[in-house]
Amino acid sequence: MTPHHHLDEATVLRYASGDLDEAFSVVVACHVAMCPACRRAVRLAEEVGGALLEEAEEAALAPQALERVLARLDAPPPLPLARPEREEGDVPLPLRRYIGPRLDAVPWKTVAPGIRRHRIRTAGGTPSPLYMLHIGPGKAVPEHGHGGAEMTLILSGAYQDALGRFGPGDIADLDEHIEHQPRVEGGAPCICLVSTERPTRFKGFFSRLLQPLVGI
Amino acid sequence: MRAEHRVLLERVARHRDRAAFALLFAHFGPRIKALMVRAGADHAQADDLAQDVMLTVWRKVDLYHPERGSVQGWVYTIARNARIDRLRRGSARAYEDVEALDLASDAPDGEEGVLSSEICEHVGAAIATLPEEQRTIIEYAYAQDLSQTQIARKLKLPLGTVKSRMRLAYVRLRDRLEELR
Ligand SMILES: [Zn+2]
Ligand SMILES: [Zn+2]
Repeated sequence: MTPHHHLDEATVLRYASGDLDEAFSVVVACHVAMCPACRRAVRLAEEVGGALLEEAEEAALAPQALERVLARLDAPPPLPLARPEREEGDVPLPLRRYIGPRLDAVPWKTVAPGIRRHRIRTAGGTPSPLYMLHIGPGKAVPEHGHGGAEMTLILSGAYQDALGRFGPGDIADLDEHIEHQPRVEGGAPCICLVSTERPTRFKGFFSRLLQPLVGI
Repeated sequence: MRAEHRVLLERVARHRDRAAFALLFAHFGPRIKALMVRAGADHAQADDLAQDVMLTVWRKVDLYHPERGSVQGWVYTIARNARIDRLRRGSARAYEDVEALDLASDAPDGEEGVLSSEICEHVGAAIATLPEEQRTIIEYAYAQDLSQTQIARKLKLPLGTVKSRMRLAYVRLRDRLEELR
């Protein structure tokens, strides 16, 4: 699977510099997990961090800092290091911590005819909501703009709009200037992972349509 | 100095060499502390964080692969994750999962070769060639841990302008490094 729709370059830098909150960083990480091109882009953006660290000023450490660390080197690490999960599944790794490895096990709730939702609780009580949508085949969303940034990652199925076709692995990394009218392709439902900025005015993509339903 | 990082880290990885680790600590520790202070930590907290980051370097040293990037880039990601987890009380788990995937995948392919550690050593020089208005935004984002919104406020610019300068900066850096391939 090679995605055709990628992260905005500004998003790559924000992710690498740690500016995105948990909801957005999970959506970005899931795309990055599926997209070698964006993985490379993130790596370059992390090298920017490395270069700035090299050139950074220095703040003198406490006099015993090195001794204290040396004394801890042989202590066992408090937690085992994270290892990739080998379990079979169709959920990208960064999302598995939240919903497990399989899309068919998501506990959907019907919020409107043809539309199901699963809201994901984030650890840090992140300001931006994170949720999944399951939209029936052939369903269209009215033309709309966005009240704030919104990221939609397609996990299964596909939709089309003026920006093109969005299939599995594709990410729509949109800001408030984009207007579009997505229509889910016939045949299969579209399952996607969505994070939205909590805007003052609400007219985002799935958000505007679903705000009363999604309850965000 | 930077080629030395790799030699030192290799000594840590192969021989658990404490003297090599102490040299890396002397180089990176004070820089990480400064990064944490600029991100809002007080001195005691920044000291703790710098020590913890270096302890993680020791513990995770086997996960560093020179063909995937520079030592300073790797140390930066550990510091960034600590900053997110400990200073902002957020979650860096998404980053760690991507790292785990990276490690599980095979050796870097040709496309990824652009980020060989030799080329990574030119990133600093490439940043220096950015127009000042772009460089400033990059430094605010990384070194001062300012959000996109805070940068816009500080520079009295519309958010869209900050975003487009970030975009331009990234594209320019990428193109510079492509030329070196
Ligand atoms: Zn991509
Ligand atoms: Zn939209």
